[in-house]
Amino acid sequence: MTKDILVIGAGISGITAAVEAAETGYSVILVEKNPYLGGRVVQMNRYFPKLCPPYCGMEINLKRIRTNNKIRHYTLSEVQGITGNEGNYEVTIKVNPRFVNEKCTACGECSLVCPSERRDEFNLGIGTTKAAYLPHEMAFPYRYAIDAAACSKCGACVDACKYGAINLQMQPETIKLNVASIVMATGWQPYDAGKIDNLGFGKYKDVITNMMMERLAAPNGQTQGKILCPSDQKEPKKVAFVQCAGSRDENHLPYCSAVCCLASLKQITYVRENIPDSEVYMFYIDVRTPGKYEEFYTRVKGDDKVHFIKGKVADVQQDGNGLTVVAEDILSGNKARVTVDMVVLACGMQPTLKDSPSVGIKTDENGFIDHNQNKGIYAAGVSRKPQDVSSSVQDATGCSLKAIQSVVRG
Amino acid sequence: MDKKLGVYICTGCGIGDSLDVEKLSKLTTGACKVPVCKTHACLCTQDGVGVINKDCEADGVNTIVIAGCSPRVNQDVFAFDTNKIVERVNLREQVIWSQPIKHEDTQMMAEDYLRMGIVKAQKSQLLEPYKPTEEISRVVLVVGGGISGMTTAINAAKAASQVVLVEKEEKLGGFSGSLYKHFPVNPPYNELQSPPHEAMIKEIEANLNIKVYTAAKIKKIAGGPGIFDVTMEQNSKETQFRVGAIVLTAGFVPYDAAKLSHLGFGKSPNVITSVKMEELAKKGRILKPSDGKEAKHIAFIQCAGSRDQNHLPYCSSSCCMTSLKQALYVRQQDENSMASIFYKDMRTMGQHEDFYVRAQGDEGIFLTKGEVVGVEPASGDKLIITVEDTLLGKNIRVEADMVVLATGMVPATGIEISVKEEAASCDPEQCKKEAEEAPLSSGIIIPSDILNLEYRQGPELPQLRYGFPDSHFICFPYETRRTGIYAAGCVRHPMDIGACMSDACGAALKAIQCIELTSQGKAVHPRVGDMSYPDFFMQRCTQCKRCTDECPFGAINEDEKFNPLPNPTRCRRCGTCMGACPERIISFKNYSIDIISSMMKAIDVPEEDEEKPRVLAFMCENDAVPALDMAGTKRLKLSPYIRVIPVRCLGSMHLVWITDALSKGIDGILLIGCKHGDDYQCHFVKGSELAEIRLSKVKETLDRLRLESDRVKMVQLSINEYDQLPGIFSEFMETMERVGANPFKGF
Repeated sequence: MTKDILVIGAGISGITAAVEAAETGYSVILVEKNPYLGGRVVQMNRYFPKLCPPYCGMEINLKRIRTNNKIRHYTLSEVQGITGNEGNYEVTIKVNPRFVNEKCTACGECSLVCPSERRDEFNLGIGTTKAAYLPHEMAFPYRYAIDAAACSKCGACVDACKYGAINLQMQPETIKLNVASIVMATGWQPYDAGKIDNLGFGKYKDVITNMMMERLAAPNGQTQGKILCPSDQKEPKKVAFVQCAGSRDENHLPYCSAVCCLASLKQITYVRENIPDSEVYMFYIDVRTPGKYEEFYTRVKGDDKVHFIKGKVADVQQDGNGLTVVAEDILSGNKARVTVDMVVLACGMQPTLKDSPSVGIKTDENGFIDHNQNKGIYAAGVSRKPQDVSSSVQDATGCSLKAIQSVVRG
Repeated sequence: MDKKLGVYICTGCGIGDSLDVEKLSKLTTGACKVPVCKTHACLCTQDGVGVINKDCEADGVNTIVIAGCSPRVNQDVFAFDTNKIVERVNLREQVIWSQPIKHEDTQMMAEDYLRMGIVKAQKSQLLEPYKPTEEISRVVLVVGGGISGMTTAINAAKAASQVVLVEKEEKLGGFSGSLYKHFPVNPPYNELQSPPHEAMIKEIEANLNIKVYTAAKIKKIAGGPGIFDVTMEQNSKETQFRVGAIVLTAGFVPYDAAKLSHLGFGKSPNVITSVKMEELAKKGRILKPSDGKEAKHIAFIQCAGSRDQNHLPYCSSSCCMTSLKQALYVRQQDENSMASIFYKDMRTMGQHEDFYVRAQGDEGIFLTKGEVVGVEPASGDKLIITVEDTLLGKNIRVEADMVVLATGMVPATGIEISVKEEAASCDPEQCKKEAEEAPLSSGIIIPSDILNLEYRQGPELPQLRYGFPDSHFICFPYETRRTGIYAAGCVRHPMDIGACMSDACGAALKAIQCIELTSQGKAVHPRVGDMSYPDFFMQRCTQCKRCTDECPFGAINEDEKFNPLPNPTRCRRCGTCMGACPERIISFKNYSIDIISSMMKAIDVPEEDEEKPRVLAFMCENDAVPALDMAGTKRLKLSPYIRVIPVRCLGSMHLVWITDALSKGIDGILLIGCKHGDDYQCHFVKGSELAEIRLSKVKETLDRLRLESDRVKMVQLSINEYDQLPGIFSEFMETMERVGANPFKGF
């Protein structure tokens, strides 16, 4: 009998690696730390350059998982240790309690009676949910979860659940897996904007990150897709996008995060579509829209309400008139100052393993997985290098083949 | 098979509180004459599934209708043996979660859906996987022996596949063979690397699973996945063999610098391309072509032809790194020499930034942002470069000894090699007429003489823009429009060697996967695993060519009398051909004109005086139906008068359904499908667009019959726009109120 392939992380890269291997006839175990599969992309409103919703492809991917008995998945799970070698890896996984078992029908009664609230992680803290919550309406598994940190253990949900699906005494479990190969698809975290002192994040409410912008623009976000300033819930008429917020900066992330230019161009279309009388300023060092993405840049440039200013933003200051963005306008040699209602920081991507390294996995100084890994361990997507969704999917498909090769070698 | 139906109604999740389940049961066993009907408080439990399994074993139930939650959930729980037909009726998300409880309209809706589900189960047939009569080959054919092709071959072989690699040149290696050094694609990201092709060629030569043909070309490919029959020519000798899937890695050619005379090319021998620069560097010393003397100052001009509406509108992705690399050649050759790079935006993505930082730190490399508007020869064998829009805010003129143009990439598939003889002999008027009559044909095909497919829709992969046969899908970069043929590397998208290598691995996997699925008689992405396939009732075919024209995947060929010749292993099971066929001769065992028409007939249409209009909504099951589920999850209230029929793709929507529905007294019809246009979201390429075009024809007919054309409407909806559904429904119901009841009601 051939051994399984383990995929760690069920974002777009991990899901792709898993389904591609399973559809080729290999058994896969998919492990995810969130209570749902889908990772970062399900928090996105649209993809560049087509401006299509990530849900569309995710629906197909989840269907591929739901209907394929060669994929087993574990949510709320963390890798605790990896030992062994190609063809024979022992992996220890801690499965954290969901407090809701497979009897859950997602009827939602638990949430209705739950008295406690929690930070809405899915919406990056824009708003709250009940402690008994469905992560989002397309969540898979389509099951509620209870946030232990927010739960008061009052038991109201236990009484309300007709299906005996809630057990507040659930304990973490440890499982051991024996696999032939491992695909690391641990993804990324947005760079902590609070670390970039001069850009005012955390100090001024209307300085937001690009990920927050996704949630503001998403129809299933807390504002139902309306772009509103967090400070006063009013539409911003002038918005500035600050590129390389953290990236290409020796003090923060020395590398280019590869997606932020396109992400901002995309978000500019959100603003311009949502608020027709708005004006947008994009401060950049280089506009990096490789390949056919150039077309998207050309399209956005065609909008005369969108202004491109080459210069690194030195400072964001708030006064009675709004937020003033100060940059060295390299093209004119002058200091560019623009006062706006909202500032969006194009925060870079930091590999997840930078701050939470995984036992047995080698990374470089920036947290990207070193390609000189032990045989049988492969890195896909942003865990390997900064890349966009399409490249990550392509990368993960290739990794899927590498993982299969390890199984074939036995 | 002799069917025995069992209907299982779940009363959990509020279904029992909201509906009169007893009445539903009576309807099932009474009017619908189903022998077995049971209710259960929670069907998705072990106990619930146990009840169904017991009936199957003890009572011989083999056709199961489950009325409860959406078919999108609990698929694993309700997965029965393949010898059972399973139909799910969505009473939860689409009925009780979006309708008031215990209301007569809610009950009517549930009854309609139950009848529709029962009739669908009654009419569906058990699926048998398609097995071609010919023997299936598991060989992967790789076309193009550059880095991408060699990577594909090596990695497919490592996964235990047999590979045939065909290269048109005498030697493997492709463009990489012409490189002196390579910019880093692995850590350390600031060091030059040796090009990888030599080691790869050795590896391929040593691998018995890879058969290489060099100086060879593909003359013809017939058949489909699993059974591609290839005719190859090598040394004027033809060879034939069978393969299971194909990876196209034909690469690129550098943009023709002769078109860049404004940048001085052709005006001085010292204006060269980046390709020529590699050649010079490889020879040992970089010397001026004019006199063989040292060049003290070499200028690099970025985007030479790229990012230019008059040349290549796209960015060629790797030229910035190439020029930075070549600037290092210059500096490493002579520390007193100087390199200047003129760029629009420096595109050193990801970790490549490190390489850029190294160049920035080199005192002999000058980086200038600006647009080069001219390169002219000047006295003393010099060249003068004029740059606009620089950081200094004015035009500058720079003198150099040599100019290197960073020319972009043109995909091999974007170059027209020959116009097919048949096309040339076609009467131009006739050709024009045919093109006008067939505006729905999918994709432009450039005859680039690479694959020479014997496909009715054309010999090569369809391209979307600029000649790249790329997938249109962000989430599915290998979603090809020719099943079993996957493009990888620079032929698919401009990319660097590192990206080519990972792309090629992915394409190799897709090829192996396609062969595996085909051998099991299953569809590939996006309906992966589907075992249904279209059946053509040829006796009634009128040779109208609509199916062969409209198939988005070029799956159907034609014989000389224009009879369709289906190739089921190429088929993606979308049903576009079924929707296209005016004679209704195309059907699937579980999806047909008759099944959908019968479902429509199962809808109870109230009399006009009851003032309960009925609207039928055909909705795309990939996007619109999930959106409807989400609307239910969010408890959005929807009009109780609309009945939804999910379709595989709106492209499979047949006009007869609309006329049938209207003649039955249905007041209006909504089609809800994916966004179309340049950024189309339809995974079957043109489904929603085709539906809209077909609909416009119906509207004309309706107008002629003096039946308001407003009774039919097409709406484009994305999966995440579920919040718009209440509005879409209620707005259409307002239209229904305005136009009044269907006059055919009651006839």
